[in-house]
Amino acid sequence: MPQQQTSSPGQGQRFDWWAAPAATSAPAAGRPNPGTRSAAPRTDRTVPAQPVPPVPATAPTVPAAVPVPAAAPAGTADSTEVYRTVQASEAFQDIRRSHRSFVFPVSSAFLAWYLAYVAAQAAAPELMRTPVAGPLNVAWLLGLLQFASTFVLTWLYARNARTKRDRAALGLRWDTQDQLR
Amino acid sequence: MTTAASIATPPPVAPTGDHHDLAIALFAVIVLVTLGITLWVGRRGSAAEDFYAGGRDFTPLQNGFALSGDYLSAASFLGVAGLIALYGYDGVLYSIGFLVAWLVVLMLVAELVRNAGRYTLADVLALRLRRRKVRAAAGGASVVVTLLYLVAQMVGAGSLVALLLGTNSASARTWTIVAVGGLMIVYVTVGGMRATTWIQIVKAFLLIAGSVLLTVLLMIHYHGDLFELMRQAARHSGAGRRYLEPGLKYGATSTSRLDFFSLGLALVLGTAGLPHILSRFYTVPTARAARRSTMWAIGLVGGFYLMAIALGLGATALVGSAEVRHANSAGNTAVPLLALVLGGGNGSTGGVVLFALISAIAFATILAVVAGLTLASSAAFAHDIWAGAFRGWSLRRRTGDGAPRAEEPDSDRQEIVVARIAAVGIGAAAIVISLFAQQLNVAFLVGLAFAVAASANLPVLLYTLFWRRFTARGAVWSVYGGLVPAIVLVTFSPVVSGTKVALFPGVDFHWFPLENPGIVSIPLGFLAGWIGTLTSPEPADSDRFAELEVRALTGAGAA
Repeated sequence: MPQQQTSSPGQGQRFDWWAAPAATSAPAAGRPNPGTRSAAPRTDRTVPAQPVPPVPATAPTVPAAVPVPAAAPAGTADSTEVYRTVQASEAFQDIRRSHRSFVFPVSSAFLAWYLAYVAAQAAAPELMRTPVAGPLNVAWLLGLLQFASTFVLTWLYARNARTKRDRAALGLRWDTQDQLR
Repeated sequence: MTTAASIATPPPVAPTGDHHDLAIALFAVIVLVTLGITLWVGRRGSAAEDFYAGGRDFTPLQNGFALSGDYLSAASFLGVAGLIALYGYDGVLYSIGFLVAWLVVLMLVAELVRNAGRYTLADVLALRLRRRKVRAAAGGASVVVTLLYLVAQMVGAGSLVALLLGTNSASARTWTIVAVGGLMIVYVTVGGMRATTWIQIVKAFLLIAGSVLLTVLLMIHYHGDLFELMRQAARHSGAGRRYLEPGLKYGATSTSRLDFFSLGLALVLGTAGLPHILSRFYTVPTARAARRSTMWAIGLVGGFYLMAIALGLGATALVGSAEVRHANSAGNTAVPLLALVLGGGNGSTGGVVLFALISAIAFATILAVVAGLTLASSAAFAHDIWAGAFRGWSLRRRTGDGAPRAEEPDSDRQEIVVARIAAVGIGAAAIVISLFAQQLNVAFLVGLAFAVAASANLPVLLYTLFWRRFTARGAVWSVYGGLVPAIVLVTFSPVVSGTKVALFPGVDFHWFPLENPGIVSIPLGFLAGWIGTLTSPEPADSDRFAELEVRALTGAGAA
């Protein structure tokens, strides 16, 4: 408990410090659910006195569906309910969707591209030997493209996370922690 | 082209004794500086948070350097450039898997692990699957992976340092292994994660700076004409045009091609399961910092491998493949020899200084990597196996909720004592195993460590983070279903018996044709986790998954 209180404000400041440029680009990116943004622009820890806006929208349907298992240690039932409620909320589902809809297809794509490149050495050696420019052949070109694609995908992932997830995730983090308190 | 190869071999540059004194002096400086860092930084706190996670207050830039420091072992610095010097394009092919692997870390693992865990890989699993045996299985797999990697580094260190110091005697190798092992135990037990991280940062900085220096000198030598560098490398390789084409090393038979595919799979999936890489993410305060440190690491690692390609080509062009092979059959001294030539050749002051400098950087690299591995290994032992076995219930309560209900400084302190003892024990075990395993091929051992990490650690981690229905039985099956086949297949592979270079050359009980088990054991790890989950008597605990998902994606309640 004391550990959490000392670390959280520091994290908040750290985030705001470098995420500041993202604040201008986020509206341009056109997030589909503006309702969650009411929680996002929070800059310090004095705000939590407010009611928590995004979660109650879906909350009424959820608590009924939460069975508190007998195996759960006494005292965690409340936190379990909070996590279930947050998980079912629209705001969280948005974050989850934007993470998975980027990460899963892109991961499959770069793994397939890398494995195809490795397999091509055995499957199509003649193609790989074809000269391209000077001493460069197709094999070298594809190898250098692997470097390039790695750098580009890194940048794309970071941009996606910054514009689609970061602010909403931070808002939801403070909301969840308020409810857990 | 082939006629040119025979006439245009550069003059020999075999190292003689005179430049080793400076190298020894620089080695001593490295040892003193790292010990100084350890003593200085180690005083700043000895709580569990400090020992395992370095106080969690490193910046993304610092952690990015530390990550690349942990990742770029001597095998990368000297080994990859050496492979390129000897086998041209096939060495390039080998290096690419090491880089692409970071995309898996960045997208699927880094942020979620940072949010969901405290100190180790098993913490992430334990948040959701609160079973002692899950924690013990994951901890055990982590110890196996780090120990394999550790032995690889120390065996490499023994032959490498002996080579750089100009002696090739068995006793020099033995004493190097013992000294490196002793130093790493001191770093870890005295300094913990904070000192280890600073050593990694210093080492990564030296490594990148050394590579940039050599690359710039090489570019000046060729006036920036990379095509001319490639052409001259092909001329001096003894293989002509084939040097720049695939197949010089990995293309002999269909078995060797399949073996390389297996290795490629292990490399690209293994990094995200390496315990010493994962525990780095706990040294930064937030998941966003973890993401940014991974991006720094990708930039540094990618830039480094691009430079390593240039240096490997440079070594072939300016030193010659035959000379590189003559100095060390695995090509490990290609970069130091290139430094000697770029500095002005053997006997010149510039050449001697540059050779000693690069050798010292390689030595710093070895020390830093083994320290990181020992720390990860002792953390897995103390935090997952020991604490799970003897403190199961209290630990469960502590890691269970966002807000720890009762702080237990006493048992934390006890756990750190165990971790320090474990570091000594693991270090000693690694020294002993390394002394017996000196004949093993270092590249093979590293490939094996990656294969085990990809088979035993990655499936269970991905299932835990992303699969709603995953259960405790699935987790245990997944860990052992990847770990056991990997070990068994290697035991019955040509590495252990049946060939001249095997561990037991006299006998032949091998039936598995490949050196790297990844292509079989990685799918088995995923399959075992899937079957274990389907046959599980109890359904998945959806409450725990809700907690894991919310915490992993938002950072709520993160340590």
